[in-house]
Amino acid sequence: MAIKTLLEAIREALAEEMRRDDRVFVLGEDVGVRGGVFRVTQGLIEEFGPMRVLDTPLAESLIVGAAIGAAAYGLRPVAEIQFADFIHPAMDQIINEAAKIRYRSNGAWSCPIVIRAPYGGGVHGALYHSQSVEALFYHVPGLKIVAPSTPYDAKGLLKAAIRDPDPVLFFEHKKAYRSIRGEVPDEDYVLPIGKADVKRPGEHLTVITYGYNVHLCLEAADRLARDEGIEAEIIDLRTLSPIDKETILTSVRKTGRVMISHEDTKTGGIGAEVSAIIAEEALFYLDAPIIRVAPPDVHPMPFNHKLEAAFMPTVEQQYAAMRDLARY
Amino acid sequence: MENRHAALGLTDDDVLKIYEKMLLTRLVDQRAWLLNRMGKVHFLVPCQGHEAAQVAAAWALRPGIDWVLAYYRDLGVALTLGSTPRDYLLSLFAKAEDTYSGGRQMPSHWSSPSLKIFTGSSPVATQLPQAAGVAYAAKLRGDDVVVYVSFGEGSASAGDAHEAMNFAAVHKLPVIFFCQNNLYAISVSRDKQMAVEHVADRAAGYGFPGVVVDGMDPLAVYGAMKEAVARARRGEGPTLVEAMVYRFMPHSSDDDDRTYRGREEVEAWKQRDGLPRFRDYLMGLGLLTPEADEALHRRLAAEVDAAAAYAEAAADPEPEDLLRHVYAE
Repeated sequence: MAIKTLLEAIREALAEEMRRDDRVFVLGEDVGVRGGVFRVTQGLIEEFGPMRVLDTPLAESLIVGAAIGAAAYGLRPVAEIQFADFIHPAMDQIINEAAKIRYRSNGAWSCPIVIRAPYGGGVHGALYHSQSVEALFYHVPGLKIVAPSTPYDAKGLLKAAIRDPDPVLFFEHKKAYRSIRGEVPDEDYVLPIGKADVKRPGEHLTVITYGYNVHLCLEAADRLARDEGIEAEIIDLRTLSPIDKETILTSVRKTGRVMISHEDTKTGGIGAEVSAIIAEEALFYLDAPIIRVAPPDVHPMPFNHKLEAAFMPTVEQQYAAMRDLARY
Repeated sequence: MENRHAALGLTDDDVLKIYEKMLLTRLVDQRAWLLNRMGKVHFLVPCQGHEAAQVAAAWALRPGIDWVLAYYRDLGVALTLGSTPRDYLLSLFAKAEDTYSGGRQMPSHWSSPSLKIFTGSSPVATQLPQAAGVAYAAKLRGDDVVVYVSFGEGSASAGDAHEAMNFAAVHKLPVIFFCQNNLYAISVSRDKQMAVEHVADRAAGYGFPGVVVDGMDPLAVYGAMKEAVARARRGEGPTLVEAMVYRFMPHSSDDDDRTYRGREEVEAWKQRDGLPRFRDYLMGLGLLTPEADEALHRRLAAEVDAAAAYAEAAADPEPEDLLRHVYAE
């Protein structure tokens, strides 16, 4: 087992899937000779050639639309949207086309595509290189949404996404790309889409989170245990849609205290749905109100470093919120 | 009467079959209106005026081999490739047996995996990038496949049309962009949609040929399509074929075209209707007699009668079918 960055794990998953199945190909802006602006696809064009590592024109609707067509033909396209902030021109192809193809053809056609998109902030990306867009798609049936936090999860889930028979949005937190390292097995493995992971067991409260915030919450939980003996259970959703209700509810019934944490803004975010699920199905297990720790409803996120820092979630925020919840 | 079809490689039998499909398309469309005005079906998208363009375009394709991303007005394409009046009428009645969508979509949203007719939606032009993707996949696999994608001139204004044509041109993909220009995007006339005379004028900007044909002349359309197919199969890339047609009926059964175009204009275009023109051509060559035409008419009408009766009597989907096929089962 080797230590790898999240970015390396994703690159390995792509290369291994392309070796395993010659129907798999990648397409997007700068994915070829440049190897992607983040270098995720570095080396792929040398190994697989320009037809399977396709540099596209700057046209996101075309990228997703062409992926849909290629999937209909029987291939397994992995489309890269260079930044999640640029996905909006492809909304129609994703929501009205990819998501509905199986349903509208009564199961006759399917759309096994993966759309990878770097998201999230804290990297001086300003308003258009920092966004979290997952909630925009969360409302749409027919899509699967994956947002891994660790190299191990990223590799296993990307492989699962490529092998999945339905369209999968695969969001990669760009701050985690090179800052998050972890053990990744050398052998082939796949992690199930739709399963959350308890990243840290605990008995006093439940923290439900995903993406880069998983790491903030883990650090806060470790400090809180040291400082006050409060043990927080950290659930990494990993897959946002379909959401793993069972893991959430099992933990909530055990701890009776729930905090939901994400980098996306608060209103209408994933946390709203998670709290609604808990309110519907586990209300009487709660010993305290559900709290959501999320940035304010402003546009993520200004370029100025003080404004960016004012937006971004911090370990201290998570720590204080967990402590207050435990004391409630 | 001069024989124009032999030079195109069409046999006498071919042109009679093209006529038959044009007539069948007209009769099915007329039946749909009748059923709508009787209150038996909620909605339809007519194709009358487009039959010659559609049937002749489809005649240039290999059913089940070449891929088809046909827009909602393409009844003639569907029927020519092997979809049946029953298939269409089941979609019109939105019955469980509807082969296109199981009663989920509005009528005319074609789908047939075996005929390589990809499922379509209602937002316009979305099928163009998908067609480019199908063609790219075929090229990647080294398959001898041509992709037909159709749209109205209204769709040509959408960004997806531009993105798809540009991409198809870059990779010399075997796509035929088949624009059925009926001069109106519902009510918006051509002069409000574009500052050039023809959608095909734009092809030069992408770097592939654009041709304009009389879409009410099936032989003119077939000739252009045949050349476009040959070019695609030679690996020379896409062609934009613009068939000039006219929609004799409103945009849909819910539209009223009297609010945006005069009756004189509609009547003038009906004088150019491809169906009687082609019948006259066949009769002029002695390939069709009035008696044979009448017999054909009766046979097709009986087929449409039977299909309509079958579709009307067919079962609706069950309420629990609502929940199926959101994801793989």
